[in-house]
Amino acid sequence: MAQMTMIQAITDAMRNELKNDENVLVFGEDVGQNGGVFRATEGLQKEFGEDRVFDTPLAESGIGGLAIGLALEGYRPVPEIQFFGFLFEVMDSVAGQMNRIRFRTGGTKNQPITVRAPFGGGVHTPEMHADSLEGLIAQTPGIKVVIPSTPYEAKGLLISSIRDNDPVVFLEHMKLYRSFREEVPEEEYTIELGKAAVKREGKDVTVVAYGAMVHSSLKAAEELEKEGIDVEVIDLRTVSPVDYETVMESVKKTGRAVVVQEAQRQAGIAANIVAEIQERAILHLEAPVLRVTAADTIYPFSEAEDVWLPNHQDIVEKIKAVVNF
Amino acid sequence: MKHVLESVENQFETFQILNEDGKIVNKADMPELSDEELKELMRRMVYTRVLDQRSIALNRQGRLGFYAPTAGQEASQLGSHFALEKEDYLLPGYRDVPQLIWQGLPLHQAFLWSRGHFAGGQFPEDVRALFPQIIIGAQYVQAAGVALGIKKRGKQAVAVTWTGDGGTSQGDFYEGMNFAGAYKAPAIFIAQNNGFAISVPREKQSSAKTLAQKAIAAGIEGIQVDGMDVLAVYAATKHARNRAINGEGPTLIETLTYRYGPHTMSGDDPTRYRSDELNSEWEKKDPLIRFRKFLEGKKLWSEEEEAKVIEDAKNDIKEAIKKADQAPKQKVTDLIGFMYEELPVNLQAQMEEYQAKESK
Repeated sequence: MAQMTMIQAITDAMRNELKNDENVLVFGEDVGQNGGVFRATEGLQKEFGEDRVFDTPLAESGIGGLAIGLALEGYRPVPEIQFFGFLFEVMDSVAGQMNRIRFRTGGTKNQPITVRAPFGGGVHTPEMHADSLEGLIAQTPGIKVVIPSTPYEAKGLLISSIRDNDPVVFLEHMKLYRSFREEVPEEEYTIELGKAAVKREGKDVTVVAYGAMVHSSLKAAEELEKEGIDVEVIDLRTVSPVDYETVMESVKKTGRAVVVQEAQRQAGIAANIVAEIQERAILHLEAPVLRVTAADTIYPFSEAEDVWLPNHQDIVEKIKAVVNF
Repeated sequence: MKHVLESVENQFETFQILNEDGKIVNKADMPELSDEELKELMRRMVYTRVLDQRSIALNRQGRLGFYAPTAGQEASQLGSHFALEKEDYLLPGYRDVPQLIWQGLPLHQAFLWSRGHFAGGQFPEDVRALFPQIIIGAQYVQAAGVALGIKKRGKQAVAVTWTGDGGTSQGDFYEGMNFAGAYKAPAIFIAQNNGFAISVPREKQSSAKTLAQKAIAAGIEGIQVDGMDVLAVYAATKHARNRAINGEGPTLIETLTYRYGPHTMSGDDPTRYRSDELNSEWEKKDPLIRFRKFLEGKKLWSEEEEAKVIEDAKNDIKEAIKKADQAPKQKVTDLIGFMYEELPVNLQAQMEEYQAKESK
C-alpha cells in the first residue's frame, strides 16, 4: 500500500494497463514527454516508449477521430482531452461516432476507448476549463460516464474503464487531483462500473452526490450529526448508467432525499435521479426530493467561484428543508 | 512581390491519361494493367451504372430508402478502388457504396443499409471497411486513426477515405489530413469534386482554385485528377498507395467529376441549380464512353460483352432485393442488444419490458 493523491492513482492505473495490455495507447496534447499538464501521464512515455504514449497535434476533433480509427485497428485507446470544456470540439467523435459504432455495425465492431478529461471548479481556472458537462454525455446512449471522488476509486474505476469494451468518458475533478492522499494498493484491482458506494450510513435523509460534491456532502453530514440529523451519503461514481438500486434502497429506508451536483440546475444529472425516485419510491417519501445545484448561468468568472459553486452550507440548508418539510 | 498564389496554383495541373475521345494523351503515366484488368475495370463501371439506374428506380418504387446517386462518378469511385488491395481499410462517405460492394460487401446488405436495417451494417469479417459515413468529414479524422493503426501494426496497407467538394470545407477534413501528415501515416484522402454540394457550387466553398492544393496546409502531396478518366484516377491512387506503404505518408487526391443524378433521392431537384447545358457538357465527358472507346480501339470490348454485364447486374440486383426482403423485421430488443457488450441496468430493464411486449 502507498499513500497516493488522486492524480498519482490515475497515473498508476494507466501504468498498470499499459503493462497489462500491449494494445493500450495513451495520447493527447502534451501527454508525452511533458507528462501531461497535470502530470497525469508523468513518466509513462519514458517507461513505455513513444509508440505507446504520444503527443498529438492541437485538435480535439482529430484526437477523437484518431481514437476511433485506432480502435478499428484493434487498439485500446486512452485519449486525453486537456479540459472537458473543450469537449465541444470533439462532440461528434464522442457522441456521434464512438458511442454508435457497435450499434451501427449491428454488434460487429466495437470501440474500447476511454476518454480522460479533467473538469471541475474551485481552482480559479480560466474560461471553459471547469464546466461540468457530464450531463451532455449522460444523455448520450452508447457511452458510460464515470466520475471518481477518491484516489482509491479513481484507480479501480479507471482500470475497469480501460478494460471495458465500450466507450467510457472518465472525468477527473481538478480540485480532487491533489487535495488529499489515501491508501491505494500498488497491485491492480477493479471497481465495477455502474455501481454506487454508500460513503456514510444514515437513517434520516439520503444525499446522492458525485465528484467534488461527495466531500461537501460528507462535510454537511458531519455538521448535521451535531444537530441530531443522521445523513446517508451515496457517491454515484458512475453517472451513466446510474446505480438506481442503491439509491432506491437508501431512499426507501430514509424516506427523504437531496440530490447534489456542481453543475447548473438545468444541467448535470440530478433531474434524472429525482425523476427515477418519484417513479420508483414515491410512496416512501416524507418530503419532495430537492436539488442542490449551481445557478443557471454560464460557469462563473474565476473570482466569483466562491459565491457561485454549491458548497456544504447549501447542502446543509437543503437537507434541513427536507427534514423539516 | 512574387505572385505566390499563382505559383501555388500552377503546381496543381489536372492529371489526365485518357481524353474524351478515348485517346491516350499521357503515355508516360499509363498504368501497367493487363487486358483482363482493363476489361474488369470496364465491367465494374458498367455494372455500377446499372446499379445506379436500378437503385433510383427501386427507390422510386419505395423498395429502397436513402440513396445518393453515383452515375458519372464511376471512374472516380471505381478507378480509385481498383488500385487498392483487400487488406486496405475503406472509410466511405454516404455516396461511396459502390467501393464497398467491390470490396466485398454483399449487394443485399448494401440495400439493407439503404432501407435502414441493422443487417446492412454487419459487414463480413474480411471486408475491411466502415459503414458509409453520414457526418461529412468524420471519415477523414477516423481514416487518420486507422492509418496510424496500420502503421503501428507494421502492415503493408493503407486507409482510404472519400469525401465531396463541400466536405473540404469541414474542420475534420483538414484535421484528418494534418494528423495523418504529422504521423506520416499511410492514408489516401480522396475529394470527389462533382461541382456541387447539394445546390451550392464548388466556387462558394472556397476561393482556392483547386481543392488538391489544400494538401499544402497539411504539408502532404496533393494531386488533381480528371475524375472522368478511370486510368488517371487509378494511376494517381496507385501512386499514392505506393508512397504510403513506402512510409512517405498520406496523399490528397482531388477528382474532377460530376453526378448526373440528384444529390440524393430524398427530394432534391437538381434543375433548381444546374442547367441543361452543364449537364450535357459533362455527359460528353462520361467515363464509360471514353473508356469504352479506348477498349474498343484495343479490341477488348464489344456490345455483346457490355450487354452481358448489364444483364448480370440486373439479375444480381433482382436477387439481392429478394434477399433483402427476406431479412427479418427489426425488433427493439435487437437494437438494445447492439448497444453494449454487457447491458447496463437501465437497458436490462428495458430489454425485459420489450421482450414482454414482443412476445404478445
